[in-house]
Amino acid sequence: MATAAVELRHINKRFGAVQANRDVNLRVAARTVHGIVGENGAGKSTLMSILYGFYQADSGDIAIEGQPARITDSSAAIALGIGMVHQHFMLVDTLSALDNVMLGAEPGWRLQAARAQVRAQLDVLMRETGLQVSLDALVSELPVGERQRLEILKALLRGARILILDEPTAVLTPQETEALFETLRGLRARGTTVLLITHKLQEIMALCDAVTVMRQGQVVLDCAIQDTSIDGLAEAMVGRRVNLGRDGKRAQPGAVLMAARGLNWTDALGVARLRDVSLTLRAGEIVGVAGVAGNGQSELLDVLSGLLAPAQGQLQVGEASYTPARWMSTRVARERRIAHVPEDRHRRGLVLPFAAWESAVLGYQALKRYSQRGWMRRRAMREDTAAMLERYDVRPRNPDLRSSQFSGGNQQKLVLAREALHEPQVLLVGQPTRGVDIGAIEFIHGRLRAMRDAGGAVLVVSSELDEILALADRVVVMNAGRITGELPIEQCTESALGRLMGGAH
Amino acid sequence: MSAQPVELPRWMDVALLPAVNLALALIVAGIVVTLVGFNPLQVLTLLAKGALGSQAGISYTLYYATTFICTGLAVAVAFHGGLFNIGGEGQAIMGGLGAGLAALAWSAQLPAGLMLPVMVLSAALFGGLWGAVPGALQAWRGSHTVITTIMFNFMAAALLSYLLVNGLKEPGNMTPESRAFAPSAHMPGVHEALGAVGIDWPRTPLNLTLLLALAAALLCYLGLWKSQPGYALRAVGYAPDAALYAGMQPRTLMVVAMATSGALAGLVGVNEIAGVHGRLLPDFVAGAGFAGIAVSLIGRNHPLGIVLASILFGVLYQGGSELAFEINGFSRDMVFMLQGLIVLFAGAMAQVAAPLLFKAWRSMGGGRQHG
Repeated sequence: MATAAVELRHINKRFGAVQANRDVNLRVAARTVHGIVGENGAGKSTLMSILYGFYQADSGDIAIEGQPARITDSSAAIALGIGMVHQHFMLVDTLSALDNVMLGAEPGWRLQAARAQVRAQLDVLMRETGLQVSLDALVSELPVGERQRLEILKALLRGARILILDEPTAVLTPQETEALFETLRGLRARGTTVLLITHKLQEIMALCDAVTVMRQGQVVLDCAIQDTSIDGLAEAMVGRRVNLGRDGKRAQPGAVLMAARGLNWTDALGVARLRDVSLTLRAGEIVGVAGVAGNGQSELLDVLSGLLAPAQGQLQVGEASYTPARWMSTRVARERRIAHVPEDRHRRGLVLPFAAWESAVLGYQALKRYSQRGWMRRRAMREDTAAMLERYDVRPRNPDLRSSQFSGGNQQKLVLAREALHEPQVLLVGQPTRGVDIGAIEFIHGRLRAMRDAGGAVLVVSSELDEILALADRVVVMNAGRITGELPIEQCTESALGRLMGGAH
Repeated sequence: MSAQPVELPRWMDVALLPAVNLALALIVAGIVVTLVGFNPLQVLTLLAKGALGSQAGISYTLYYATTFICTGLAVAVAFHGGLFNIGGEGQAIMGGLGAGLAALAWSAQLPAGLMLPVMVLSAALFGGLWGAVPGALQAWRGSHTVITTIMFNFMAAALLSYLLVNGLKEPGNMTPESRAFAPSAHMPGVHEALGAVGIDWPRTPLNLTLLLALAAALLCYLGLWKSQPGYALRAVGYAPDAALYAGMQPRTLMVVAMATSGALAGLVGVNEIAGVHGRLLPDFVAGAGFAGIAVSLIGRNHPLGIVLASILFGVLYQGGSELAFEINGFSRDMVFMLQGLIVLFAGAMAQVAAPLLFKAWRSMGGGRQHG
């Protein structure tokens, strides 16, 4: 057997009461792309952090290219030829691409000479790998895909032969993703070993040579890619069979429940976030809003839920009509049975230091049921919370637990349970399953479909194309604040949507 | 994926940890006292005896505690609304001015049964307005309360001096003090109240404002945790975006929080002006507004914790002045040092000992069922 690029043996790591890694063995053959998948909290990030020197394992051995290694910090990892591209880029926005590459690894103390030297090295590297980056542009001016290429270049220039990528495609369009995969295949051909952390199983199947699946801190599956399938991986991740596909039912659109016309909004920096956006929501259908994050979807949700009054436009909800001067408030929106599951559950959907029962009435606290002459009716609040936890299978079923102490999936289920409790006609949902594990995704999707089948109008904003394709009956694509296209689900293909997400009409 | 923060069981968090922190502060203070050349045990005994060893000592301790409860609550209410009110000093001065002006205007006509409530309301109103203005400035203009409330402290002190010198001072009197109020503006001392029911109690500045302060603490608890406005206020403080999402009015709530905060600090004016001095004079707050920050910090911003921390600070103040009196050469500054150490250990470094306690607790088998 050839020497492994990375070999981890019997790794254990514990944080307080949580065993994050339990007797983990991982062998990554040199010159391969090796996928590591698992749900949130499965221990894959901990394992990579141990490999990159952020954490020390409590016990276990590491060997890099056959040599036993002690990786005490990230500079030790870099010295061993390990590079990491984090999910959130570690770049300084106000410096040029070139300076970012140099930062912390300047070949001399005279910056101009150092710049010339690094630029020459980078030119060679860019030619060899096909990773093109405009070196003199400020990082803040670079598109996301280019920033990622810069991160990879940075790692390669520091001598990385083993490259760890943490959720690299979370911020990319399908086209950018394909370009990244081409690059990674090229790097593999040049002799680089790639470790790919992701939760997108299609990407594993498309790119990897081998895959390791983790669950609850342990390795539960370790095999060559041809020996498994998407369903097999999903089952290994969750520990049971899951179904994330469409349910086959067809939407039966009914009356128009909400109609927005010509919405325009420009932010404080003068960037037009919404440009002439029109949208109709009908009873009994799920409308998906696709787009790379940051193209106006968040603002659209804010406008439709009453959080933000647009500069221009009009909104029709049932009989009522709203104009920018007298826009619907969030309170009126709730009275009109428009519920909103916000994109950011940590900052908006929940108050993290609040007990679950306090977060479970957020927005509805002033209802007669919950309020008596200005005092909180705790009994009613707690009863409803207990019912929500039960109905939406939120664990643990403890209304007194702090909101921050639930896992991401359970927090999201709690928010959804709250918004569903008051029988909304229109449900606006932002990123319904961001940071949520597969079991909870299946559950949340089921609830959203059930609300549609019960005659509700559901608007789903998601940057996960798979999610849109699994849920929506009609798909609207946004780019740079504009709706670039609207397709019934039958006509949606990844490439068609990808083109619209990139701004093509 | 970061390391899990230590989660101590509740009893350790609210009782054991503060006790350990207090002990640490005392140990370090003991070392300093030894280095300076005194016997730490003797100092500690004298301190405790001076503060708690006699009826008079206890009374003085509680009199100081009354003031600290008011300023501590003021800091806590603002804190739960996400605001840092450093203006307790100025708000307390304004409270005293409010109480004093009401007494100067009406104490000759009104009976005590009316005069005292009017003074309390006036003190709360003046203090509240002095807090509301910085609150409004932050809510609508983004001027940070930390800056504005500090500036308002100076303005309050200057305003009081100006009014005393240019109008309220008695003609012919060289000291900047108002004339004495009529007796109806006197908050009864505890010795008078107890005397009325036949209990003999030494004469001290401790007065019935203590009951007012305790009632305020109870109201703060109910208001913050059981009422709708308190719920909204805490939502604004912890997660302003979530509060907007929930349809609350963060700006209005900020002003309400600062007004309530200022009103609480204003009650110090009742304790000092109506309870002790019986006339309006400068410098009656004497740093209590700032001590309130430490009190609230140590009391974990909870009314019960604040009452306990206020008593602790009362002990330090009273015991400290006894010490300076009893031990030749022992300066009051040593007591300030001890206060500083307590703030350091119980406030700023409150969680430093937590991981150690957690380990000890685990090794004794605690919390296994969760693991």
